[in-house]
Amino acid sequence: MKNRWVLFVPLAIMGLLFGAFIYRLTVPAETLIQSQWIDKPMPLFDLPPATEGVEGLKSSDLADGRPRLVNVFASWCIPCRAEAPQLEALKQAGVPIDGIAIRDRPEDVAQFLREYGNPFDRIGSDMQSSVQIALGSSGVPETFLVDGKGIIREQIQGVILADQVPEIVAKLEAME
Amino acid sequence: MIAELGLALLWIAAALACLSLIAGALFLRAGPKDLASLVRPASVAQGVLTAVAFALLIALFVRSDMSVELVARNSNSLKPMIFKVAGAWGNHEGSMLLWLTILGLSGALVALFEKRLREDTLIATLTAQAALSLGFFAFLLFSSNPFNRLPVAPPDGQGLNPLLQDIGLAFHPPTLYVGYVGLSVAFSFAVGALVTREIGPAFARAMRPWVLGSWIFLTLGITAGSYWAYYELGWGGWWFWDPVENVSLIPWLAGAALLHSVAVTATRNALRAWTVMLAVIGFSMSMVGTFIVRSGLLTSVHSFAVDPERGTFLLVLMALYIGGALTLFAIRAGTVAEGKKFALVSREGSLVINNLLLTTILALVLLGTLYPIVAEAMGEKISVGPPYYNRVAGPLALILCLVMVAGPLLAWRKDDGRKLWSRLPPAIFAGAAVLFALVLFGGKIGILPLLGMSVAGVVAVASLAPLWNRNLRRTPLPTWGMVLAHFGVAVALAGMAAESAFIKERLVAAAPGETVRVADFAVRFDGVRPVAGPNYTALEGSLTATTPGGASFVLKPESRMFPGLMGTAPTETNEAALLTRPGGQLYAVLGQPVPGTNGTPDRYQLRLWWKPLVWWIWLGGGLIALGAALALIGRAQLLAIWRVRRARKAEERFAP
Repeated sequence: MKNRWVLFVPLAIMGLLFGAFIYRLTVPAETLIQSQWIDKPMPLFDLPPATEGVEGLKSSDLADGRPRLVNVFASWCIPCRAEAPQLEALKQAGVPIDGIAIRDRPEDVAQFLREYGNPFDRIGSDMQSSVQIALGSSGVPETFLVDGKGIIREQIQGVILADQVPEIVAKLEAME
Repeated sequence: MIAELGLALLWIAAALACLSLIAGALFLRAGPKDLASLVRPASVAQGVLTAVAFALLIALFVRSDMSVELVARNSNSLKPMIFKVAGAWGNHEGSMLLWLTILGLSGALVALFEKRLREDTLIATLTAQAALSLGFFAFLLFSSNPFNRLPVAPPDGQGLNPLLQDIGLAFHPPTLYVGYVGLSVAFSFAVGALVTREIGPAFARAMRPWVLGSWIFLTLGITAGSYWAYYELGWGGWWFWDPVENVSLIPWLAGAALLHSVAVTATRNALRAWTVMLAVIGFSMSMVGTFIVRSGLLTSVHSFAVDPERGTFLLVLMALYIGGALTLFAIRAGTVAEGKKFALVSREGSLVINNLLLTTILALVLLGTLYPIVAEAMGEKISVGPPYYNRVAGPLALILCLVMVAGPLLAWRKDDGRKLWSRLPPAIFAGAAVLFALVLFGGKIGILPLLGMSVAGVVAVASLAPLWNRNLRRTPLPTWGMVLAHFGVAVALAGMAAESAFIKERLVAAAPGETVRVADFAVRFDGVRPVAGPNYTALEGSLTATTPGGASFVLKPESRMFPGLMGTAPTETNEAALLTRPGGQLYAVLGQPVPGTNGTPDRYQLRLWWKPLVWWIWLGGGLIALGAALALIGRAQLLAIWRVRRARKAEERFAP
């Protein structure tokens, strides 16, 4: 056989494979996937009101100079109920909060707000999860920290815990 | 006592593997001839002892001996008996012991029955097999002891993952393991042949039944696993390109390629180095696959929690085996004399194309499976999904099917292309008829399913062509096997294509009494009632499906709730209800209750699918396995005839 080096190709490929394995064993996979929109302006959207008596939400509402939270929630989401007291506490601390209701019916949203309180200034209704997907949010609840210019600064996946509340207030104040 | 005895047997078996390895290695380095006579009996004893140890582990599960850690973690006294038995291998330690048992038993079979190979090549093969066993023994005994006792026995065990409590799945892992480990014998034969430089027809013939046998089991294992995912996960799909499915597909592809190249080596003494490399790759891919799945390297439903120490251990072991074999290949394959020459238009030529296509598909699937890991090493996160695989593997598989049409009709060494054409018209006609019918009456169909069904038509007819103008009673069994397996490919392909082209889906929230239409069926939702199983409670929905002809059938999908045992979390599973009709399957899943305006559930989520020809997929898989089995039996018959002739010759020679 002329090209004897060809016979070493399988061995070389195996070497590469095992390199990748060793890398993966030493650096375990990160299972948390962050939104690609961090430090970028909000994607453009204009959502209708999710229920009577509360305004809808559009992306231009978020660039009014005040840092704020955008909370992605749903009335059918059980963890969102557990998150309600923390949102209420943030509201008490003077943090403006807007909501995006995912695949929800107006009467269910109203029921949810009656039972667990309404910390939201505006709630947009995202019937097809299209804005949620555009934001790079993979579930409910999720919360975005948005600065005064409407740029997403941080993403919190899952329920906001009670001990995170002061930290979030401080972060938003720092953005002013 | 049983656990201690089992552990002792494992240590003795490991010592015997060590003995085989040392004796074999010394003999091969021109040591004393007597050493060779140790290797066969040691291999047999090692296999038997490991099997007994495995039987003892099953006995511990049957007796629900909760003082053994493995039993306490994976079994429960309330479990049905069949799942107690299956629990023995439904976990990391037990499945490693099963792996070793099959490894040992196949080594024992080689030692007992392989008589055609040169003695030194056989000893080298058994030595390689012993080296494989020894590494896995070390892994089992030092870091995954299945017989570990608990200081205090808990009152009862934690149970087996409810998803795994399924009769089909009880036998899915052992089936795949037999397939994987069967490839280990091919691997050892390849190493043995490289060591003694005996790469030729005799080696190929010795290896061939092992390749066939393991490929039968891989085919069955993959087919069964696909059916399990189809009805147990309740998603309605039969193949998800999940990493775990891919790593079982990769050895299967390697096995399919090896099966065909070993035929060339055995019959024509060509493609020698290539066959050896495929034999090495087949088992290497089995090991890599098992490692990926078990180490949690890629997330999947199959990963058992494995600590990094175990992962590293397995990785080192694999690096030694695969690296060793490939280094040996790189050094020795260059010295292998070139095989017999052949023309491009010939049986060999078509098998070379078959092999190139199969290995390309293998490489693409492997790339897709591992790409996320490699990409992450470069700081990018990416996931590879079905569109990639369908787009790259689909067209190649169709071309492969067309090569399959031509291959069996060609003669060895050199053939006339025109003669091939003269045998093809019926097949081409069948394919064209399917294509026209679909274009005229099929409505809007994607290009890949359309081509898939047409190619299936061609293959179905062409696969029978080797039987034309032949005395069917004198046609050898391996030829029947080939025809059946190729026909099975056509059946499976038709099922896959038809299912993806004509599937109908309905997702509704239905109140009792409501009727839903899906395809030609009117499905009435009669209501739900609670039922209790041996170790679960369930909501059973009742659906009455009526065909246009007026026949009606009752379907009972269940939503099962398994209580958390001994502090584990409760689990819910969906039992889909299937109605199999000649034209396909109606697939029904009962979902969550939907609360009405007053808060109490008055409707239920129902998911209904009509899947045309879907059961052809598994029928095809079964036919492929059956075809391979016929070929194996046929080879065994030929071997028996050969033995009788040899014995007769020997008698004549020594006759006075």
